[in-house]
Amino acid sequence: MDKPKSNFFAPFKGIKYMIQKPVTIRVPEEEREAQKRYRGFHTNDWEECIGCGTCADICPTDAINMEKVPDYDAPEGEKDERPVIDYGRCCFCGFCVDICTTGSLKMSKDYIYMDEDADTFLYIPDEEGLNKNYPKEGYERNEDTDLLDLERIAMRYTKSKKRKDSFLEYVKGFSKEEAKREAARCVECGICTDRCPAHMDIPEYINTIWDDNLEEGVEWMYETNPLPNICGRVCTHKCEDVCTISHRGEPIAIRWLKRYIVDNAPEDVYEEVVLSNVSKEGEGSIAIIGAGPAGLSAAYYLRTIGYDVDIYEKEELAGGVMRYGIPRYRLPDEAIDKDILFIEKIGVNIHRNTKVGKDIKFSKLREKHDVVFISTGFMEPRHLKIKGSDHPDVVAAMDFLPKVRDFVRDKKQMPEVAEKVVVIGGGDVAYDVGRSVARLQNIKYGKVDVTLTALEKKEDLPAGEDEIQEGKEEGLEIYPASGPVEIIIENDEIKGLKTAECIALFDDKGNFNPKLNKDNTEIHEASQVFISIGQAPNYDYLPDNIKEELEFKGPQIKINEKTHQTSMDWLFAGGDIVNGPDIINGVADGHNAAKAIDDYIRSNK
Amino acid sequence: MKEVKLFHGPNHPGMHGNFSVHLTVDGDTVKKAKPNPGMLHRGFEKLMERRLWMSNIALIPRVCVPEPDINETVYSMAVEKIEELEVPERAKYLRVIILELARIAVHMMSIGGIGGPTGVYTAPNWALNERDMILDIFEKITGHRIYHMYIVPGGVRQDINEEILEFIENTINDIESRLKDYYEIIFESPIIHKRLKGTAPLTKEQALDWGVTGPGLRSTGVKYDVRKKFPYLVYDKLDFDIPIAEESDAYTRLYLKYLEVKQSIKIIRQVLSDIPKGKVRNKLMGTALKWKIKEGEAYGKVESSRGEFGYYIVSTGGRYPYRIQVRGASYPQGLYGIEAGLPGTRLEDVSIWLDTMGVCSPEVDR
Ligand SMILES: Cc1cc2nc3c(=O)[nH]c(=O)nc-3n(C[C@H](O)[C@H](O)[C@H](O)COP(=O)(O)OP(=O)(O)OC[C@H]3O[C@@H](n4cnc5c(N)ncnc54)[C@H](O)[C@@H]3O)c2cc1C
Ligand code: SF4
Ligand code: SF4
Repeated sequence: MDKPKSNFFAPFKGIKYMIQKPVTIRVPEEEREAQKRYRGFHTNDWEECIGCGTCADICPTDAINMEKVPDYDAPEGEKDERPVIDYGRCCFCGFCVDICTTGSLKMSKDYIYMDEDADTFLYIPDEEGLNKNYPKEGYERNEDTDLLDLERIAMRYTKSKKRKDSFLEYVKGFSKEEAKREAARCVECGICTDRCPAHMDIPEYINTIWDDNLEEGVEWMYETNPLPNICGRVCTHKCEDVCTISHRGEPIAIRWLKRYIVDNAPEDVYEEVVLSNVSKEGEGSIAIIGAGPAGLSAAYYLRTIGYDVDIYEKEELAGGVMRYGIPRYRLPDEAIDKDILFIEKIGVNIHRNTKVGKDIKFSKLREKHDVVFISTGFMEPRHLKIKGSDHPDVVAAMDFLPKVRDFVRDKKQMPEVAEKVVVIGGGDVAYDVGRSVARLQNIKYGKVDVTLTALEKKEDLPAGEDEIQEGKEEGLEIYPASGPVEIIIENDEIKGLKTAECIALFDDKGNFNPKLNKDNTEIHEASQVFISIGQAPNYDYLPDNIKEELEFKGPQIKINEKTHQTSMDWLFAGGDIVNGPDIINGVADGHNAAKAIDDYIRSNK
Repeated sequence: MKEVKLFHGPNHPGMHGNFSVHLTVDGDTVKKAKPNPGMLHRGFEKLMERRLWMSNIALIPRVCVPEPDINETVYSMAVEKIEELEVPERAKYLRVIILELARIAVHMMSIGGIGGPTGVYTAPNWALNERDMILDIFEKITGHRIYHMYIVPGGVRQDINEEILEFIENTINDIESRLKDYYEIIFESPIIHKRLKGTAPLTKEQALDWGVTGPGLRSTGVKYDVRKKFPYLVYDKLDFDIPIAEESDAYTRLYLKYLEVKQSIKIIRQVLSDIPKGKVRNKLMGTALKWKIKEGEAYGKVESSRGEFGYYIVSTGGRYPYRIQVRGASYPQGLYGIEAGLPGTRLEDVSIWLDTMGVCSPEVDR
């Protein structure tokens, strides 16, 4: 290596710098604007922020705390907290910005702040920024920096060609690899838990998939829901509507993950978990009328406290609408059987084929038991009163669907379906009817001709997106914004349904009162019409004196929301006859009622 | 004469950071030297066991303040090895840009920093300007000047555009145009010659014995550079030399750094012209809160400005590292080197040792 030689004059060469412009800046007199991506003080758009706390979770220095916003009542899907940043700890990594689930959190180019009061270094970012009016556009998240995984793992379904004449379950469920990938997307914020009527600990059970600990997953399920096999298939999954990830991506497939746990937890482990939940503490006996979700859930939780529980069910099989309404291709009997099996295994007595009011008197139950819980549901069909609707080929949903299930269980004859069918209704039940009819038509005629007519506009259809999409794949046609006017009958035979354009669903007062434009009508040819416009309760099992004492709100029974009691302290109620409209609300009702019944019995000792 | 005990700490202008040496001197001659680390000890290795795989990226740059990027790189490389995670080509080139820029910044600080212990104060002022120009590049690419938190498992956090590429080119041209000035004012300076030549010598045996790598080892004639011996990223595709010298003293080591700056500029130029298009990051499964790294262990290492720098990572398959061991490149010269190499030198040469051997105090302490 040749090294430089010493040169006496060399150091003097620096003199030339005396006449060069200085490179330094006179801060603070002179300002230096930071670069475009600068990670300076935070800004947070409060309108967008939902207080999920994910920013606080990723923060490597624990600089972010979630603080309750005073006097703020957060709407559904949002928490009443906002992030507070401690600039004594913050290291300006920007990971909070990268992971912010809504994109509300950003960083500014602002980087100088001075104050004598150390408390002012605790800062609740808002849109203005720390030093107000400073250039705000600093560091922002982009696709590369994003710390969320926004894409949902696609569920595998049986192709429509194969499922068109089959009542076998067509949702295949996640494989282990798929479930883990999907579980890995959850940020554990718990926004979904707040939304779930049963407040299931969703992030916790999702975590058990990620951590390969399905046993604990089953434990988490039964904390709040004794029907995980059912809910893992057909829950209305409102939790997913609010899932934090949906703000920038696709919500976590919470329902399918639940199903994954119960489908894959080993049977013995599963049994051990469920059986170990039972205590012997409670003393007393409870009668439950109706083995739908509310009745089953109340029974399970009461039994775990130690009470003797008897469910009276009029049908041959327990499950209520789940067993007799929801079509088998969505909810196979095996799933219902499994959930009910464990409820019976812990000692709940289900008296099947026992209609209260007929096979056993209500007053008898009152005598035999300390408390009665009623959950008899909305199982009766609701009929439509238009011209021609009393024709025998006009069939209500809940007259038809139980027959389909019975047929599929190989017990009864195939229900009658015509070659050309119209279904009135655009909700999930209408799709259940339409898709069941389509399957039967395929079996009988080898082709499908089903038209649904709904009052709502296309974008407002009450049915879930999946139903609409899958129905379409199976050949269903939908006519939105059309209200039924008349069922056309010639020579005693149905020729079709006449509908008129629906221009408004609600009147000026906001009451449901569809307005039809009779000048714009259409005729849908068909020789059979199905009606799916809702279900109704049947209280004929209640003695008149009880009925008189009960308070009603429309068709539903009024209860004290805190104590779950009706106007009689020993009579509790839940499920569709109180709240509705779905299984998970029934489960929540059952659980809450169980706690309330326990309180009631203990306080009466 | 009576021996005197001296505290040679951060208050000394030639001291690099929060580090101190307890000296026992007889007159001006060092009799005993005891490094006294601990002022910067934060227990990084332990802290890493309690942080998410991603969150650690914000912590580890602090293991070496002037050259933080090596931490992010070796951490990511080890994680990528265990997880078998591919890094996109473009990201590899971007990493090289960052690492070589950092090398230039550190070497310039060291070259200028020699002004502290030798009294040539023009040099540090100039050199800090060069470093700041590089920090401007960092700010443009990563959003921060000192702790970049830019290199992450799977690639880098952000792509760069043509404008930034051009900015880098202009900046290195600019720095290169002034290298001659350093040559003159430092390497031809009679004062520097007098103070550095023959000062703080190091033999090949000592270097190998203590585990010294980097310019220290190369100045004794051993051609060891991780970039060539165990090529990582795209160093095997780049054309550059490893300057070495035969006899190691402070002057030689400092001059080697100067030559390395030139090589780094050469490397960056090639990267700027060869960098392929494409993505810059392959992500781990799920959200960063849930990332897990497969069970396994791996060592990621790079050639830092002070020599071989690496992280040994053990993962048990969870969301946090099980154990991480840092191989700080300045450990040998910063601990053994001081204790074994300084006795016999003169008091005023202590800082010259630290500067030319390259001792990064937080890395020794970590
Ligand atoms: C076609 C259809 C599809 C649906 N799909 C879904 C869905 O996918 N997801 C969802 O979450 N919800 C769905 N729902 C709604 C859901 O099924 C109900 O909200 C839920 O079943 C209500 O539960 P429940 O406990 O109140 O009673 P129900 O399920 O209605 O059960 C009531 C039980 O009481 C019994 N009973 C009634 N009278 C007596 C008596 N006198 N003596 C003894 N027993 C009696 C009945 O036989 C029945 O078993 C659907 C509803 C329908 C009609
Ligand atoms: S991650 Fe975003 S949305 Fe969630 S609390 Fe933080 S700032 Fe708000
Ligand atoms: S499923 Fe969605 S809402 Fe629920 S905890 Fe996970 S990210 Fe949050």
